[in-house]
Formats: sequence, C-alpha cells, structure tokens
Amino acid sequence: MSRKIGDVILDLQNISLRFGGVKALTDISFDIREHEVRAIIGPNGAGKSSMLNVINGVYHPQEGKIFYRGEERRKMEPHMAASTGIARTFQNIALFKGMSVLDNIMTGRNLKMKTNILLQALWLGPAQKEEIEHRRKVEEIIDFLEIQHIRKTPVGRLPYGLQKRVDLGRALAMEPQILLLDEPMAGMNVEEKQDMCRFILDVNDQFGTTIVLIEHDMGVVMDISDRVVVLDYGKKIGDGVPDEVRSNPEVIKAYLGAGH
Amino acid sequence: MGFFVETLIGGLMAGMLYSLVALGFVLIFKASGVFNFAQGAMVLFAALAMARFSEWANIALGGDSLFLANLIAFLGAGVVMFIVAWIIERLVLRNLVNQEGATLLMATLGIAYVLEGVGQTIFGGQIYTIDVGMPKDPVIMFESLFEGGIMINKEDFIAALIAAVLVGVLTLFFQKTPTGRALRAVADDHQAAQSIGIPLNRTWVIVWCVAGIVALVAGIIWGSKLGVQFSLATVALRALPVVILGGLTSVPGAIIGGLIIGVGEKLSEVYLGPYVGGGIEIWFAYALALVFLLFRPQGLFGEKIINRV
Amino acid sequence: MIYRENGQFKTTYAADQQIFTIAQDKWFVLGLIAFAFIGVPMLADEYMFRAILIPFLILSLAALGVNLLVGYCGQITLGAGAFMAIGAYAAYNFMIRVDGVPLVAALLLGGATTAALGIIFGIPSLRVRGLYLAVATLAAQFFCDWAFLRLGWFTNYSPSGSVSISNLSAFGWAIDSPVEKYLFCLLFLVAFAFFAKNLTRASIGRQWMAIRDMDVAAEVIGIRPMWAKLSAFAVSSFFIGVAGALWGFVHLGSWEPAAFSVDRSFQLLFMVIIGGLGSIMGSFFGAAFIVIMPIFLNQALPALGSLFGIAISTAGVAHAEFIIFGSLIVFFLIVEPHGLARLWAIAKEKLRLWPFPH
Repeated sequence: MSRKIGDVILDLQNISLRFGGVKALTDISFDIREHEVRAIIGPNGAGKSSMLNVINGVYHPQEGKIFYRGEERRKMEPHMAASTGIARTFQNIALFKGMSVLDNIMTGRNLKMKTNILLQALWLGPAQKEEIEHRRKVEEIIDFLEIQHIRKTPVGRLPYGLQKRVDLGRALAMEPQILLLDEPMAGMNVEEKQDMCRFILDVNDQFGTTIVLIEHDMGVVMDISDRVVVLDYGKKIGDGVPDEVRSNPEVIKAYLGAGH
Repeated sequence: MGFFVETLIGGLMAGMLYSLVALGFVLIFKASGVFNFAQGAMVLFAALAMARFSEWANIALGGDSLFLANLIAFLGAGVVMFIVAWIIERLVLRNLVNQEGATLLMATLGIAYVLEGVGQTIFGGQIYTIDVGMPKDPVIMFESLFEGGIMINKEDFIAALIAAVLVGVLTLFFQKTPTGRALRAVADDHQAAQSIGIPLNRTWVIVWCVAGIVALVAGIIWGSKLGVQFSLATVALRALPVVILGGLTSVPGAIIGGLIIGVGEKLSEVYLGPYVGGGIEIWFAYALALVFLLFRPQGLFGEKIINRV
Repeated sequence: MIYRENGQFKTTYAADQQIFTIAQDKWFVLGLIAFAFIGVPMLADEYMFRAILIPFLILSLAALGVNLLVGYCGQITLGAGAFMAIGAYAAYNFMIRVDGVPLVAALLLGGATTAALGIIFGIPSLRVRGLYLAVATLAAQFFCDWAFLRLGWFTNYSPSGSVSISNLSAFGWAIDSPVEKYLFCLLFLVAFAFFAKNLTRASIGRQWMAIRDMDVAAEVIGIRPMWAKLSAFAVSSFFIGVAGALWGFVHLGSWEPAAFSVDRSFQLLFMVIIGGLGSIMGSFFGAAFIVIMPIFLNQALPALGSLFGIAISTAGVAHAEFIIFGSLIVFFLIVEPHGLARLWAIAKEKLRLWPFPH
C-alpha cells in the first residue's frame, strides 16, 4: 500500500446526543486521521448511524466538540458540512428516485457549479460549457464504478447492488476529503461485496480520501480498516487497530452477550 | 369588557363548528392517509339529503310531527352517507392504494366535484332550510357580572353542545371499541394492520362513513343556521387552518384548533377588521395557523418528525 | 419515415445534452411550432381563438410554472391562482402608474413582482412540507383575494377591484384581433417553455428534483434547501405571474379578483397532475384537457339529451359537467397516476419498436 496515514483530520470530543429522553450517544470521543480507513462497528442500535449524522451535520449533539483540521466546528447544517468536503452514502439507499444515474451523480457536482440561474435558463455559453466540463468528470466516475451501461436508466429501476454503487458515485462526485459510508455492503452477495471493497480501497488509494465506514461484516471490517471504534448502547467500548479490538474483552462481551 | 367576552364566546361557538368539520378531515387522514378535500362537499351533500328528506317525510306524514319527519330524515341521510362512503371506497380508494399524497388529494377534489354535481341533481340546486326546532332567540346571561349582561344565541349554544358530545363519543369510540382500535392500527401502518388480519377496505368504509355522519351533523347545524346552499361546500376551506393548527392526526388538536381559530377570527374581525377594511377573518385564520406552523411544523398535537437517514 | 434512432451517434457530450436527443423528436416539435405559427392562424376561426386557443396557451404557461414547483421541486401549491392575480394586477399598476412603459416590459415586471412575492409566500416551505404546505399556500390565495378586493390602491380605487386595459401594442404592433393575440401569447409560451426545459436539464433543475426526491440526501451532498426551494418558488411564480398578466391583459381585457379565485388554483393543479408531474410536455396536455373538456361537455350534453328526447336545463348541464369532470379526474388518476405525459412516453416507446415488438 502506497498511501500514508497523515495527521488527525477530524477530532470528536465528548459527543452526547439525545432525542427527548432517549440517549443515542453518550460522551463519545475518537479521532479520524487523514487518508485512513476508519471503521465504526457495534450491534444494532449502538448509535453508529447517529454518529455519522453528527459528523455531517444532520443531527446536532447537545454536548461535545468537533475539530475539523484543528479548528473547532460550529453548529453546522448538512450542506455546510458538504462544502467543507464531507460526503456520505446511506444505509437505506437515499438516491433521487425520479432521476437517471447520470443526473444523480451530476447532483454531486452541484457545489462546484457556479453559473447563475439566468444563464442556465437561456442555456448560454458558460452554462453549457460548465455542464460539459462536469459531465466529463462524472463520466470518469461512471467508468471507475463500471456502470456505463446504466447511465441513462432511472435509478428506481436498478437492482439493489447497483443502486448502492450509484450512491457511492454520487458521493465521489463531490471529490470529498472525508467519505462516510453507512453499511455500504449490507444486503449484498459475496461478489458484490468484493466489488464494493475494491471500490472503497481504490478510492482510498487513488484519491487519498479518508474513509469512515460502518459495517456489520466483521471479515470485511478487519480486512480493510486501519483502525476500528466500537460502540454499544451509545457508548464507546473499544478503539484501536483491528487486532486490538478483536481481543478486547468488552467488545467480545457486547457481540457474544454476557457469560462467554 | 362585556363586549369582549361576548365576542370571545361567539368565537368559541363558531370554533366548535369548525372543529366539527375539521374532525371529518382528521378521521379520514388518520385512517387512510388521505387529505379529504371532499369533506366540504360531503357536508353539503348530507345537508341537502337531510333538508329534502325532512321536507318529503313531513309531507308524507301530513305535517303532523316535525320531530318524526326529522328523525326519518336523519336516518335516511345517515344511510345515504353510508352509501356514499361505500361507493367512494369501492370505486376510488381501493384503486388508489399506495399512491402519493398529491394524487390522493386530487382524487378527493374529483370526488368533491362529483358529490356537488350528484347532490344538486338529485336533491335540487335551490336554497333549502333545515328546521330541527332549534331555538333562535338569544338569551342574556351574567347580568350581575357585566353591565347589560352577555347576549348568547341559544342556537349556537346547543350547536356547541352537540358538537362537544359528538367529539366525546368519537373519542370513546376510538379509544375503547375494537373497531376504534383497528382504525388506529390502520392509521399507524397499513401493511402491518393488514398482516394481523384487519380488513383494510372495511375499515376505510367505516371511517368514511363516520366522517359522513360527522359531516351530516355539521351540515344540520350549519344548514339550520345559514340555510342549505351551495356555499356550504366552502365550509371545508374555512376549516382547513384548524386542521393544520391542530395537527392532521390529532382529534383533540381538531377541537382545540377549532376553538383557537374561531376565537381568533372573531376577535380579529371585530378589533382589527375596521382598520383594514373588514373581511379579514378568512385569511387571518390561515395566517394564524401559518405563524403557528413556523414554530411547530407538526401542528399543536401532531407527532414530532425526526429525520432518520 | 419510421421513428428510429438507429445511426444517430453522439460523439460529444454537447450532442448528448440536447433537448431532443432523437432527431425525429426534434423535427416533430419544430414542425409543430411552425404549424402553430403559420398553419393555425390560417385554419382557426375567431371562436376557436377566443374560447380555446388563447386560454390554452396562457393556461399552459401557468401550468408550466406550477409544474416547475410541484412536479420538479415537489412543493405542492394551492395558491397558483393568487400568483396569477398578483401578476395581472402588478402589470396593471406598472401600466397605469409608469408613463410610457412598454407592454412587454409591464408583463415581465408583473412576473418579476410575482416572483418576489412568491419567495415570501414560499418561506413556509422551509419549515413545513407536503399537505401542510399545500394548506399554507392557501393562505396566499385568500390573502390576495382579500387584498385586491379591499385595498383600493392595487386596483386604482375602482369598485369591487374590477380593472381594464385596452389598446395593447408591442414594438409598434397593435394587438387587436384574436389572431394577433394568439400569436403574441404563442411567442411568450414558446420562449418560456424553452427556458423551463433549459432549467430542468441544468444544475438548478437537478437541485429541485433532488429536493423533491429525497431532501435529506440532497442537503447532505451540499444542496442548500433554502436556495433550492425559494428559487423554485421564484421561477415558478415568475411564469405564473406572466401568465396571469397575459390572462388579464390579452384574454380578458377587463377583470376582477374573482377571475383568479381558489378554483383557478385547483384547476392549475389539476392540469399538472392530469398532464404529468415533472414533465414539460405534460403541462400542455393537462392544459388542453382542462380547457377543452368543459367546452366539449357544454356542447355535447344538450345534443346528447335531445337525441333521447330529454331537454337538459342549463343548471342540469352545469351539474352534469361537475359530475363528469370529477369522474374523469378520478378515472385518470386511477388509470394513469403519472398523467398523460406517461401515456405519451409509452406510445413513443412502442413506436420505437414498431413493427417488431419483440
């Protein structure tokens, strides 16, 4: 592996999140280093997705601080997180059902498109030029993910595995610094999982994108991630390289239940 | 002060009637997720049926007993509303399961047109009266408290009472009876309810029928006050702010929302209206509901929406 | 001439991003536009222009506007009639209060005013969605109904808000006869349809659709919901406002607030739903359906009645119209919830394979 893990890019300190009386996250701290693959694991309802939602601004934690590249981040809406370079995919695919694969991925370029609405209405030179320029970039992503044959298909008609790939493509179109992946391999068969693993590692390798990954398949997690953080009932119970986590008694207890 | 209280009470009474129409919306929305724009047309239809049946029954009985004629008319109109509910379920709802909200909304607008057309074709398009023997004379109350006392329309008072009783009965029906439980289950999750053996189609007929009865009562009250005519169908538009204020899924919300809107309308018309040329009550109700929505998007008693991704 | 795309290879992205990627489509639509400009004025009579063609053009324009908001951005509105009223009265005020303002400028300014107010009336969409929003937009409707009736300044203190405009002319061209009015409206419609198509295939259109399909995901990839929604309200209101101004100036000549009542709002929403949400073509289909249907029923019902020896009264016809119109709407929604545009697309799909369907 040619990539080099860099400094801490995102530092989460003492994050607590509540919905009414329900505690989703309690006092969680961990950091994410540049260019690494960081996995978040834990049983169902452990608060993994909530953690991602906190990172990209969908949820606002009641307590705790988030440092992004050393600077404290203010309360932030998702589109602001996106403009600082945080992209994500979704556990339950959240594609734009009424649009084609191409258009879905093109929306990912939105932040980088600058022509105003009047030029777009008239389809004048700059608007058209910009459209073509971004189309070229999107076609690269389509090639990368090997979905050329379905570029004009409405995403609603695609099988599950391909939809997951388009979801990844849309996030990649943002050329993110940090890519959050929420169970990218859930519900896939072995071949699809292998493909997805390859894409994730390629993204990490070729573009140097930092990856935060939620995944249930332990084999995959232990294989591809550099460091793993383990959550259970909204609390952090383990953190470290895969081997450390694997031998952590508390993690074993959480996964296998008490008494083992 | 006496005048203020009088306006306030007038508002509460009018609000009770709004609640009644709003209740129809809420019932149907809860059970089938349909935002029923035809509720106003149902009020008109029911009132037309009531007015004409009572007229015909009175003639058939030789004008002896107005009470009996009204009773027959009420039962007859109830049966008519049941048939309406059944036909709507059969021909429309059943074929539109799982469609989007906007499509269903449009379908109910279509139903509204049909009901207005059919109602006026069968029962006639003139202005009719409903006389259920409501006392029309005002009474003066609380003379000891306020100078000159407070004038209250007995008719309004009785109407509010009927509305309150109806609301109570419906609440009991929803909370305590097996059918009510089934309706709530369907409201919660169509598929889950179906999977435990609750017949979806039958519950829809029941709930549209109940909404039809509610429309009938509303129609009788509004009709005996204002006469039965085409404009009754627009009552629905007056009641919409009530629904969004109270939350689309909440029965108590419909009641309290109705009261707030009723009072707000009356007070605004009396105290604000003269400065801006009058006639502001209808949009004021909407504005009130809107301002409220900006702070609580789910309405007064609606369930809080949490985005899960 | 067979409907085929064989042999039409695209070698640049620009070619692939054209409005009509199939050459036959392009020629068909261009031919249709040419026919509308040249053929129709030669064929149609005055009644056709007044009762069908001019209303169809203007309501198509309004339906386009509604479709941008409802079909593309997913924000249901029941206040389109009010936006037409704002456009009409704003243009009227520019006309009578600003000396020597050209007609086209007044119409566009009317649209711009509507766009500005559309943004204000669109603010609730940032907090509430779906049916709550639909009801919230009714507030705009009732407020405008009231304002144009009661606040004299808007209507130059004319009783009951009734105003009139006469002697229309643009660029030295007097727009008097029905044919001229038709052509004037047609010019507007063609231009605006072109703008609408461009917007929907550009970045802004994708933002609208993203918000419509999955608003949380849209926000996560960096679309600002406020900008997307309010821009949709603004553009849509602009279209509807210009349509309203045309409706008042060109079609009616003199009008009062009742011309833009809540019924008009419902009618416009019907058009886009029957025509097809999220389809430019669908807006035209819907408008045609809603304009022609009542006229057809009005003619056909008494004729049908006399055929069976029944005399149907005027009121009877009105009621029957209600019933048939309502039933047709329900029927269409059940048979094809995606509207006439979907039927059109299916027909094209079939035609592409014809005569070898397998």
